[in-house]
Amino acid sequence: MIRYLIRRLLWALVLFFAVTVVTYVIFFLIPADPAQRACGQLQTQQCLEQAHHFLGLDRPVYVQYGKFFGRLLPFDFNGLAHGHSPIKMPSLGISFANRQQVNSIVGGAAPVTASLVFGGAVTWLLISIPIGILSALRPRSLLDRGAMMFVLIGISAHPVWIGLIFLYLFAFKVHIFPLGEYCNMINPPVGTSCGGPVQWFYHLILPWITFAILFAALYVRMIRANVIETLNEDYVRTARAKGAPESKVMRSHVLRNAMLPVVTMLGMDIALGLGGAIFTENVYDLPGLGRVLRLSLDNFDLPTTQGIVVFGTVAIIAFNLIVDLLYAAIDPRIRLS
Amino acid sequence: MALLDVRDLKTYFKTDDGIVKAVDGVTFSIEKGRTLGIVGESGSGKSVTCLTIMGLNAKRNTITTGEALFKEQDLLGMGMRRLRQIRGNDIAMIFQDPMTSLNPVHKIGNQLTEAVLLHQDVTKKQARARALELLKAVGIPRAERRVDDYPHQFSGGMRQRVMIAMALINDPDLLIADEPTTALDVTTQAQILNLMNKLQEEFGSAIIIITHDLGVVAETADDVLVMYAAEVVEQGPVNQIFSRPHMPYTWGLLGSLPRLDAETERLVQITGQPPSLLRPPSGCRFHPRCPYVMDVCKQTDPPLKPVTGDIDHYAACHLDEETKDREATKLLAGMVAEARTG
Repeated sequence: MIRYLIRRLLWALVLFFAVTVVTYVIFFLIPADPAQRACGQLQTQQCLEQAHHFLGLDRPVYVQYGKFFGRLLPFDFNGLAHGHSPIKMPSLGISFANRQQVNSIVGGAAPVTASLVFGGAVTWLLISIPIGILSALRPRSLLDRGAMMFVLIGISAHPVWIGLIFLYLFAFKVHIFPLGEYCNMINPPVGTSCGGPVQWFYHLILPWITFAILFAALYVRMIRANVIETLNEDYVRTARAKGAPESKVMRSHVLRNAMLPVVTMLGMDIALGLGGAIFTENVYDLPGLGRVLRLSLDNFDLPTTQGIVVFGTVAIIAFNLIVDLLYAAIDPRIRLS
Repeated sequence: MALLDVRDLKTYFKTDDGIVKAVDGVTFSIEKGRTLGIVGESGSGKSVTCLTIMGLNAKRNTITTGEALFKEQDLLGMGMRRLRQIRGNDIAMIFQDPMTSLNPVHKIGNQLTEAVLLHQDVTKKQARARALELLKAVGIPRAERRVDDYPHQFSGGMRQRVMIAMALINDPDLLIADEPTTALDVTTQAQILNLMNKLQEEFGSAIIIITHDLGVVAETADDVLVMYAAEVVEQGPVNQIFSRPHMPYTWGLLGSLPRLDAETERLVQITGQPPSLLRPPSGCRFHPRCPYVMDVCKQTDPPLKPVTGDIDHYAACHLDEETKDREATKLLAGMVAEARTG
């Protein structure tokens, strides 16, 4: 178990290196200069040079990467030399665009994305589990065919399109839902009217559904296939031969087994959902990681982009680890060694 | 009155290609405490017969007619609720593949107690005690500890023992064993058969054992039902079937038995393939493969007729009795001669 964890963490470190290096390289391949943004109207040679120096862009790429990596480590060797505590808070650096700490930018945006992604995951499970099971129990029925239509539409329709249609229909034409905007669940910022769990929930209903449709479609298909397959298993016949009523057969023998792969998929898809959140956040104007990421790319704001990539990578690695451990707990055939 | 009386049982499956007559008019009965062996090739309808009796065929696409009277109640006509009370309690079933017949995510003990709690008004503790008792009875070593293991921690033979324990846990009057030893290696097969014989004496259940292995039949059964292409072609007490078989298909089965005590060059095989049940051959369904085929065999399906001189022995064949006796004697003499020279 411990060895498994150590191996997983080492792999995570390798993955982390690869992802951050690639982001750095891509950034420097883009033919754009953050210093131009910094100087604005004042595009003089002197200003550009100053900006370059100020942002650290006049150093070689590997030095910049080294500094970036040094900031991320929780140890401060300089501090040690000066007799301070060697432990420090890992820092993602300072934004090129507005000189804010990237830590606080990410820290402010992450709860929004987390609300969207986790709420979205709950939404897609609430949609897909009942539909998937029912259509598996009645294959080729009207419900099953309807469900498969939904799957086709859900997989084909892009969340941006769905989001715009929803906003037009339910917020603009019929005023049942708000036109975008995010409300903090706890501690709303001073001066904002909207906040608290109810407003938070209300403002997120449309984004959740928009975000969830694609995954719900995929999950309906997956759950349907799993349940149909499990219904044909010999042990289900054994349970029936024991005299178990159909409800018990479903609950205790079919669903438990049919849902095992869903748990794995869920972990991976929540991670994948971090990427999908970009679309939904931009359509609904939610100040989450996805929207911050898009803005930072527009501004050639490397530290912010990199900060979100780092945060996302760590989140995805952590998720996969949690899912693996969870899977071992619910499937007795898998023991980590 | 017999414990189970099956009359003219027919099970048809509707498929995209047409109707598959998987069981086509099967009649047999079994008394308390007796063992009936159903023999036949794969696809001859042995398993479907028993699954139909248990009501375990998929509802959709299945047409069932006939009667299966268990203690004078028709299993085929009764409601699901009543049938569920009988399943696992009065009639229990063991399946062919022990590797897949146990639920991988539940502990062995819980799968056993589930069977008890479904049918008996006992506490969980009592059910668990009963589960332990049965695990010991079927010869699971260190049952106290293994009761909390999962199926994947058991070998195939041990899992089949668990299946048997599960089937016997409510003291059923009838135990249906669908090829209980097919998926096991030979030494384990013998252990499982011995165990079933021993437990039958102990529990007094009637047993229907489905197999394609005449050796298993010889070892366990009192009566035999030989099935070919969804029909019964010969039935009778085991000693009569083995000493005076009266159907060329049964001869083929007997001739194809591998023997360790004889130096046989090659095993005798029944030529050809089992027929399609979608479009079975006209007349006697065995005629395309039968070495004794006559014109009449191609036109009329022979009915099951009593074999003269035997009791409760029936065979479905157009050949005259003299020829059949002669051929049967020849076949058995050949087998004995081989055994001697070998």
